[in-house]
Amino acid sequence: MTSVSPGSGEPTAPLIRARGLTKRFPAITAVDAIDFDVAPGESFGFLGPNGAGKTSTMRMIGCVSPITAGSLRVFGLDPVADGPRIRARLGVVPQSDTLDLELTVRENLVIYGRYFDLSRGEAGRRAAELLDFVQLAERAGDKVEPLSGGMKRRLTIARALINEPDLLLLDEPTTGLDPQARHLLWERLYRLKQRGVTLVLTTHYMDEAEQLCDRLVIMDKARIVAEGSPRALIERYATREVLELRFPAEEWAEMVPGMAEADAGGGPDGRFAGLAERVEVLPDRILLYTADGEAAAVAVHERGLLPESVLVRRSSLEDVFLRLTGRTLVD
Amino acid sequence: MAVAALRVVEHNATYYRRTWRGSVVLTFLSPVLFLAAMGLGLGGMIDRAAPGALSGVSYAAFLAPGLLAAQAMNTGTFESTYPIMSRILWRRTYHAVLATPLSVRDLLAGELAWISLRLLMMAAAFLAVMLLFGVVRSPLVVLAVPAAVLTGLAFAACVTAFTATQTNDSGFSSLFRFVITPLFLFSGTFFPIERLPELLRPVAYLTPLYHGVSLTRGLSLGTLDPTGAAIDAAVLAAYAVGGAVAARITLGRALVK
Repeated sequence: MTSVSPGSGEPTAPLIRARGLTKRFPAITAVDAIDFDVAPGESFGFLGPNGAGKTSTMRMIGCVSPITAGSLRVFGLDPVADGPRIRARLGVVPQSDTLDLELTVRENLVIYGRYFDLSRGEAGRRAAELLDFVQLAERAGDKVEPLSGGMKRRLTIARALINEPDLLLLDEPTTGLDPQARHLLWERLYRLKQRGVTLVLTTHYMDEAEQLCDRLVIMDKARIVAEGSPRALIERYATREVLELRFPAEEWAEMVPGMAEADAGGGPDGRFAGLAERVEVLPDRILLYTADGEAAAVAVHERGLLPESVLVRRSSLEDVFLRLTGRTLVD
Repeated sequence: MAVAALRVVEHNATYYRRTWRGSVVLTFLSPVLFLAAMGLGLGGMIDRAAPGALSGVSYAAFLAPGLLAAQAMNTGTFESTYPIMSRILWRRTYHAVLATPLSVRDLLAGELAWISLRLLMMAAAFLAVMLLFGVVRSPLVVLAVPAAVLTGLAFAACVTAFTATQTNDSGFSSLFRFVITPLFLFSGTFFPIERLPELLRPVAYLTPLYHGVSLTRGLSLGTLDPTGAAIDAAVLAAYAVGGAVAARITLGRALVK
């Protein structure tokens, strides 16, 4: 499996291989001995709450953060010894934009291309193509500063593609964008994937992960807690459907006192025992994880329980995520 | 490394093309104002009150090369404070540059090369103003331009090392107040340091600006002593190299972590 030649030789050799990968800062361990492989052409995601270690992992892959322990190979090369050679084949979209705001859209791309030793002519040609690709051609001569967040993000992605990278690293590519801008970005990233570009991205948007990732890992507190395709993760960690119930306030207040102890055993006072594979009591509602939500709803009524609202939905990656990383806020 | 560093120069030059107008006016205006006010105005009084006090040269001719060195200090210092901090912390463009094959060393070499180019432009403009004011006494004055570049570079390298250790711009006001301004006033720009109290003179000898002033003045007045000039150049080069080595370390800590 381990490729010694720089990457392209064996089709099965992973593009990225991490074993026991660790990053410690003086105060914290940001990444704690994680293992993962990313195959060529794959679209791979790191999911996790803030502070889970996603960005630290991305920076190590991008060869701008030395690893503390373990091993990491990118294109079969060692980031410590071969940083420049690896970076020459990477495209990096950082979490916050690092554009030259006073320069024009086109200048941002051409100048960046020069860092990859493209001639001015070649950089200009690629810049024009990329601006078409990210739908910014008509803004080519404008300064970057007044552009919208979505436009700046697209420009950052175009800039990351100027060296025609084999591997594109995207750190929270759509955070802070409106739905239109997100969907446009997803569509462009999907096209890149179709062209054979390997994508590695971090996100805390479940829909983004489901849209873009063939395979993902969920990170929590510096470790990988689950790995698989979005579908497989839902199958393993959630049920097919979720029944969400809300009760009238008086009834809910009556039910709540017993809830902490009884949670695992079927909800308050065991009222929901046997109705679902798992029952989760939240401050405002109760969730029943079950293969058949409608049937569970009928069973709830048959027990004489009268919720004021009933919602049956497919379970999503978000359910998996919350189950594995908890509902507590991370700041 | 050389080619990679040139990309940084190209990047900065592209940026400069958008902003040069304001700075060009200042580049010419500053020496004109200083030479008019202090060289001609104040200098006229000094020359009348104490003829021959400066071994026969007018105060304006004495002052002009000192101001050239001081302006090099100011330019080198300023260019490595706010602009560099912005690229590390605010605009964060260095992070984008380091995602390319460039290393921190390439980046630093490019920045220092660019600042040298800016210093060259500044010093050439300053020399033109000196010629206009007729305060030059030796053709060797053309060498005062590289001497000024070296002076500015000594400051740029050290200040870049300092800037990379800062997490906000509040340290800069201390830098200007407690380092740059005292150097400007007491390194021989306005009066020979022999006028300083005996205890302070060795301090002046240790500062880079004193050696910059000594070099540019010797070249402009034609009073250069080769040994002294070699020492001046060596001290400035030592500051530049030492500063660059320190900057390589502090920039690395700020950007690659």
